[in-house]
Amino acid sequence: MEFFLQLLVNGVCVGLLYGISAMGFVMIFKSSSVLNFAHGELLALGAFFFLSLVTWAKLPIIVAFILTLIGCFILGFLIERFFLRPLIGEKLIFVIMLTVGLAAMFKGFILLIWGGNLYTYPEFLPEAMGLKFGSIYIAPVYSATLIISVIFLVLFGLFFKKSAQGIYMRSVADNQKAALSLGVHVRRVFALSWAIAALVASMSGIVLGIINGVNVHDLSSIGLKVFPVVILGGLDSIGGAIIGGIIIGVLETFTGGYLSPSLRDVVPYIVLVFILMVKPYGLFGLVEIERV
Amino acid sequence: MGEILLQLNNISVVYSDVIQVLKGVSLSVEKNHIVSLLGSNGAGKTTTLKAISGLLKPENGEVTEGTILYNGVNIQNQAPEFITRQGIIQVLEGRQPFKYLTIEENLRVGTATRFGKPYKQDLELVYNYFPALVQRRKSLAGYCSGGELQMLVIGRALMAHPQLLLLDEPSLGLAPLVVQEIFRIIKKINEEQEATIILVEQNARMALQVAHYGYVMENGKIMMEATAKELSDNPDIKEFYLGMAASGIAKSYKDVKSYRRRKRWL
Repeated sequence: MEFFLQLLVNGVCVGLLYGISAMGFVMIFKSSSVLNFAHGELLALGAFFFLSLVTWAKLPIIVAFILTLIGCFILGFLIERFFLRPLIGEKLIFVIMLTVGLAAMFKGFILLIWGGNLYTYPEFLPEAMGLKFGSIYIAPVYSATLIISVIFLVLFGLFFKKSAQGIYMRSVADNQKAALSLGVHVRRVFALSWAIAALVASMSGIVLGIINGVNVHDLSSIGLKVFPVVILGGLDSIGGAIIGGIIIGVLETFTGGYLSPSLRDVVPYIVLVFILMVKPYGLFGLVEIERV
Repeated sequence: MGEILLQLNNISVVYSDVIQVLKGVSLSVEKNHIVSLLGSNGAGKTTTLKAISGLLKPENGEVTEGTILYNGVNIQNQAPEFITRQGIIQVLEGRQPFKYLTIEENLRVGTATRFGKPYKQDLELVYNYFPALVQRRKSLAGYCSGGELQMLVIGRALMAHPQLLLLDEPSLGLAPLVVQEIFRIIKKINEEQEATIILVEQNARMALQVAHYGYVMENGKIMMEATAKELSDNPDIKEFYLGMAASGIAKSYKDVKSYRRRKRWL
């Protein structure tokens, strides 16, 4: 039972992280219908930026963390401005292929600068952050994950529900033509969704780096894990991304704990197939509101 | 003649570089007037509105000739982001709400063009014009009725404080009583908000009742223009748009010989 609870807690923490990183993916898809294949590389870039700021520039952790987030936010903006904007109005498949190209480019860039080795961050999370409930122990990394995830979720919830910019982003996702007719700056919304996506990707990159170590190949393959998460949750549901993330995270730790660690990457996909047979739009996929 | 707010000088519009839809349309709109644009399907009414609001561009259309002057500034082929910020807001045909946003969020999108995005006072204003929206304010627009949605999209445009409101078929698919209500409010908006309105309509009788001036389009050209009063007295308009014989009584189908009907005026 203890083992079960321990796995469950770890699974939920990792899953939240997947969910948040999937959220960035969903945002791009919602506002511009683009599948971003470079998501894993954005994640890795964030982790490596943070690595350099901490070990090479020797900045305090908090400063490095915030600088990384700001840097990736700007990077997201620039990606949209220089690579995606020229393709507005072209066929969607071109834009999606472009993200595949971006993925290769970023990966090459990381390999060029940092190489393919496994790095680790210096220990910086205080041991006091670990939580103990009876016999269940939550390691500092996991409790930090939990805290950061919840903070981000609340912030984004408020942003999309209350702030003008958040409502404009949802309006563009909903009906682009109508948004244009009201003067919503649609290109700015695209840029903002890329910026936010890059920001959340870098954040989850850093946390995953703390858990597993920093390596290009590992981190960018986690980008692929975004796909089962979003497909499970429904491609256009931000809440679904979070819940999909938690399900995949829990499945992974359970398989790793009870079956075999080498199966952890496979079982989630098998479950995914079964769920999709029952709910083809994903668990929380948008059910089209249709008026007849 | 009062002050001219908008002037189209002989504009041509071409879609995808080959399909010519407007062939030299000229019209002028006086400040604080309601101008209605009549014509059959495919006459180019909607395209004219889109040429003004800049929404041609996303559909691969372009004003190839002529000028559009708004307050003395050239606005043809400008981006919609620019044109909406000059105070021109188009209400699209077929309502086009944001289905997954609540009524109130829909209205808030209307403030996109305004500095600082204030919305509280304007919400009150819109709810005053359309009290029916108040009780639906928290529900998703996708689940509202056609009449409510038409009120919603007009209200949404009002949030932008438009100087020139382009309404594309506000009566489309609505019950006669609702249509009357909508037109009454359009008239009220024109008087109270000092908004100039261009009204595209199939419901010619209604449109001519509220409008000051009217244009009739056919095949991408303006075929006739006159004050609304003159248009509704015109025998051709009566026959082709108001469904009456020249004498003013409803025409019986047995008298119609379609092959002998006049195809065009002038």
